[in-house]
Amino acid sequence: MDKYDVVVIGAGPGGLAAAISAKKEGAESVLIIERDKEPGGILNQCIHNGFGVEIFKEDLPGPSYAERFVTEAESLGIEFMLDSMVLEVTPQKKIYTTSKWYGFKEIEATAIVLAMGARERTRAQIRIPGFRPAGVYTAGSAQRFVNIEGFMPGKRFVILGSGDIGMIMARRLTLEGAKVERVLEIMPFLTGLTRNYVQCLQDFNIPLQLSHTVNRILGKNRVEAIESVQVDENFNPIKGTEEIIPADTLLLSVGLIPENELSRKVGVKMDTLIQGPFVDEEMQTSIPGIFAAGNVVHIFDLVDWVTEAGFTAGKGAARFVKETKEKSDLVKLVPGNNIHHIVPQYLKKDALQNGPIKLMMRVIKPMEEKVWVELSDGKNLITRKLERYVRPGEMVILTVPQKAYDDVKKAKELIVSIEKFGG
Amino acid sequence: MEKFDVIVIGAGVTGAMIARELSRFELSVAVIEKESDVCMGTTSANTAIVHAGYDPVPGTLKAELNVRGNKLWDQVAFELDIPFKRTGDYVVAVGDDEFKKLEVLFERGKKNGVLGLEILSKDKTLSKLPYLNRDVGGAIFAPTGGIVDPFQAALAPMENAVINGVHLYLETSFIDFIFEGNKIIGIKTNNGEFLSNWVINAAGLYSDVIMHKANIHPEFKITPRKGEYYIFDRNEFAIPDVLFPVPTEFSKGIMITTTVHGNTIIGPNSHEVDDKEDTSNTREGLEEVYKGASKLVPEINLRHAIAIFAGLRATGNARTPNPNIDYHHDFLIEAHPQLGLLNVAGIESPGLASAPAIAERVVELLKDSGLELKEKKDFNPIRKPRKRFRDMSNEERAQLVKENPLYGRVICRCEYVTEGEIVEEIHSPIPAKTYDAIKRRTWLGTGRCQGAFDTPRVVEILSRELGVSPLEVTKKGSGSYFLLRKTKEVENG
Amino acid sequence: METRKFTCLGCPVGCSLTVYIENGEVVKVEGNQCNIGIDFAKQEVKDPRRKVTTTVKIRNGVHPLLPVYTDKPFPKGMIMELVKELRKIEVEAPVKMGDIILENALGTDVNIRASRSIKRNG
Repeated sequence: MDKYDVVVIGAGPGGLAAAISAKKEGAESVLIIERDKEPGGILNQCIHNGFGVEIFKEDLPGPSYAERFVTEAESLGIEFMLDSMVLEVTPQKKIYTTSKWYGFKEIEATAIVLAMGARERTRAQIRIPGFRPAGVYTAGSAQRFVNIEGFMPGKRFVILGSGDIGMIMARRLTLEGAKVERVLEIMPFLTGLTRNYVQCLQDFNIPLQLSHTVNRILGKNRVEAIESVQVDENFNPIKGTEEIIPADTLLLSVGLIPENELSRKVGVKMDTLIQGPFVDEEMQTSIPGIFAAGNVVHIFDLVDWVTEAGFTAGKGAARFVKETKEKSDLVKLVPGNNIHHIVPQYLKKDALQNGPIKLMMRVIKPMEEKVWVELSDGKNLITRKLERYVRPGEMVILTVPQKAYDDVKKAKELIVSIEKFGG
Repeated sequence: MEKFDVIVIGAGVTGAMIARELSRFELSVAVIEKESDVCMGTTSANTAIVHAGYDPVPGTLKAELNVRGNKLWDQVAFELDIPFKRTGDYVVAVGDDEFKKLEVLFERGKKNGVLGLEILSKDKTLSKLPYLNRDVGGAIFAPTGGIVDPFQAALAPMENAVINGVHLYLETSFIDFIFEGNKIIGIKTNNGEFLSNWVINAAGLYSDVIMHKANIHPEFKITPRKGEYYIFDRNEFAIPDVLFPVPTEFSKGIMITTTVHGNTIIGPNSHEVDDKEDTSNTREGLEEVYKGASKLVPEINLRHAIAIFAGLRATGNARTPNPNIDYHHDFLIEAHPQLGLLNVAGIESPGLASAPAIAERVVELLKDSGLELKEKKDFNPIRKPRKRFRDMSNEERAQLVKENPLYGRVICRCEYVTEGEIVEEIHSPIPAKTYDAIKRRTWLGTGRCQGAFDTPRVVEILSRELGVSPLEVTKKGSGSYFLLRKTKEVENG
Repeated sequence: METRKFTCLGCPVGCSLTVYIENGEVVKVEGNQCNIGIDFAKQEVKDPRRKVTTTVKIRNGVHPLLPVYTDKPFPKGMIMELVKELRKIEVEAPVKMGDIILENALGTDVNIRASRSIKRNG
């Protein structure tokens, strides 16, 4: 089975930042598992600029921003498992993945960072009546086709939602020779950035209608038209304001939902208000050692803040790995001369920092004379106690004092034995 | 010109089950279907319930075939690898008036021969179903009720029929009968003429149109009745039970049920429409469905709905054959031996539950009409189970992926459908050639992201496996293209 | 005196600017929270420019399209002509982030550069 200090799920900006900071903060083996064929996440299809203004003080296109982090991750020796899907994460921090390339794998992690991002809200969640023809896309799906696969879904578009993704796509489609007939927004205000309204809609004379929504989708096999309608202050359609807009494609830009199926399955406590896991200041979830970063926690506005959250989560993951390693540094207690057994059988190396420790023993043979009960590291005596006798029927107790902290911490093993007094 | 012993018109669950039964015998059989795939009519959009049989009026064909079909489903599901679960179902009464009606239903069920029916008190009902409306009066529990994969209910028997020699002609629609004197000797279709001794009309919403072309039962009319539905994200809101309200004369009511994959579905309402192709959702219909379902389970939150759809029931106006029973919406299953026509019409609820029994009945009618039925020695009733990654244990998955790496690539991340399964369906006996065809066979795209992740990948796979440009890949055939052109190839510069 | 109102595109804040123009020169700017607003207003009045991002075809790469950007703001009025020109271009993989794809586009002294690296296929 493969074992890693830190496994990051998702190679988008959140995951990349978490992996980089985990590595820089001391985690030795870091793996990122990504379902797409290359890292970068959603940034690969966000070819517009606006990224990095805070972190790099530069205005970068999405793919450039991603590449900087991918290059850094690769140079730090972070491993990537691409085109691989995580099926399950268990509370014991086992990860099951499947891939055409690597087969079905079970991976063990000391710390995990969940960075699965978000998915888009779909038609049913906003309940648009009409038929279910081809030609209805979420803005992100269309963006993938146009920018990565190299295909235009249609030539006449209506966009529902004045969020940034919708407006960016309005401009994108126009630049690639399509006509965006209308952008409809159900709210009475713009939901994206004003500057995007200017440089995506206004610059290209694309009409925006606030307090409007899609009343019906027309067309059985392929979208033929979109019926728009004005809504009142309760978002109910106002009869008589319906307008049929000929179009062959409808894009939905109506919100993002954090993608938390894996989080739910592993059992982290979920905040139902925002549909993401509860996290502390380290981005640690309710399961110690499982962290979360990016849109999977809540929907961010700037990718720069996602990167920062990723840095925080990665740092937390590295901290967790370090602590786990230290805790699992145990020293064994070995029965020496005339000792049958000792309880506890192991001490954590820094156990004495919390106080003295009682060792409990039984002897093999009775000795009806004064004896030393001695604790040593094999070379040097650490502590000892005088007993009048030792008998198998009676438990022997030796208290290790706090001042023995350094000796115990350095010891490779600890031996307790019974020695005759005066010899 | 092709000549057959029997032609079946319609590849929904009825036509498919009939074809499968016929494929047991030394007969040359053809099925014609106007759509681009099996199971695109009523069978693709319903509540997917195998009813117990307490609802139909005693003495009707519906009652008889429902109860008989219900019994047959275990065997059929096993042989054909159709996901089927005998969950049992509840009829929930809200308030005391409705509770009184439960008695009627209970007695009716007993008369119809339904086994194991129980009436539960208010307290017992609430203890079993704690999420119910507190005003519930009680419930009937019918342990023989079940849920089924409605797509496989048609796809599986049709595939088995094809493997056993039945010819399937898709995108082939009936135009008219070919007569020789007063006998039907074949049919005219948009893909040429097919000769046959027998024609079985299992054409669902169009079964009236077809029988009228032979001047049979001019008074018989199919009235399409639309039912709308919501599907919910099973991670957010999932009720594992099958809950009916107390039924009305016309419909079993707006219910809450679960799919074989654990997604809660609410619906259907019931409204007559004129257009036999009108499967559009409406604002009013969806509102009605939500209100009806909330009556049973107040905590339903539409925020968790991931899909909506609508189906049309083929409601007929045939009178029950038994003259003592005054019921006017029964199945019409009737052979006309001189003509060579057998009509299987008005198959609305409990059509899915009854389908195996309807097929059985059709074979009996053919036999009684003199058709020679010699059993095939090499008939294979078993459809080899599909490998379904989602249903496998981790050990099975590891083994499967090792044998065929394509099963290691998950394409639909919500429902865990792999590339291997998609490729298998594209090359199966009834090849999946469109996105929706793959969706019906694998449930890909039915999860919470509703195809956002899988669509570009499915387009790529279909393009590759079918050897066509991605521009030619469609959602459901005829004009439902996904992509118009390449990004850089604009029509006029 | 002419008054124009527009949104500053200099940073995500998007201040609403009121710009006073006399004889074609900007004499006063109101509504800006920093000097970027003043520079933007002057430029927008004299010669409105925008950053443009799009894609070009790429041959033998792991993707069929390469995302590109203008390395300086580009004249707004020529954007549609620019994308039309870029549609004709096909570059050859591999390409490195920052590589110039088209120098001095349409004589504007603005270069079109690759937004990312794309490896060669196979």
